[in-house]
Amino acid sequence: MTLLTAVFAAISSTIVWYFKDGGNQFRVGTLSLMYWGAALMWLVDAFFEYAETGAGYFTPLPSDMLNDFFLGISVVALGLIIWLALLLFKDPKNVVKRALQKSDAS
Amino acid sequence: MACFVVPAAEAVVTTVVHKLVTAKEKKEGITSQQHGDLSTKIPFSHKLKWLNNMLWGGSALLAFEHIWHGEVTPWFPFLSSADSASETAEMLHEMSTAGVAMAVLVTGVWLGIATISSFIEKRPQQNIEIGR
Repeated sequence: MTLLTAVFAAISSTIVWYFKDGGNQFRVGTLSLMYWGAALMWLVDAFFEYAETGAGYFTPLPSDMLNDFFLGISVVALGLIIWLALLLFKDPKNVVKRALQKSDAS
Repeated sequence: MACFVVPAAEAVVTTVVHKLVTAKEKKEGITSQQHGDLSTKIPFSHKLKWLNNMLWGGSALLAFEHIWHGEVTPWFPFLSSADSASETAEMLHEMSTAGVAMAVLVTGVWLGIATISSFIEKRPQQNIEIGR
């Protein structure tokens, strides 16, 4: 479930990057690469778990599935927080800089 | 247990390499692709940044998963499996199998992306207008 959540986050962010941020001005490309990196790593994890448990891997307990989904959503949120911090730090539209200058002037 | 340590270690190496390559390209006058400029070739340092982002991002998110499962602790030795010899051996085995496989897969996918991007660069620019 965590893998699936990360894959959907990676696909969604890649689509947003392609249609809205091709030049990576708002770092959506960076966000999608982060999610793709995590998704690939969880894919390896899933492969090893499948090798250990066999077909049982595809029939998890509902409580495990819920916990994994909760973890997946939290991971997506963490990725967005990292991206937001990066965006505000890079400040491509000088919004933060202008706001700081405004507060300095007043 | 601590499989994310292997791609994180690779990320440290690729970050250092990225800094060196960027400095070399700057010296040679190779600049990063301008926004929207499709005529210039993408510098290698720019492509290396894609690998950095995948490795750092993936490792950070996996580290969070390990904190979630209580495998990473805020106190020394920071890994719960480093408490006993048998668990340490299991952790090292996981790092050498799953951890290495993660690093290899991410690097392999990056190599694929870099190769495909080289082909796309050589391709004549398409003038397709969507929705018309």
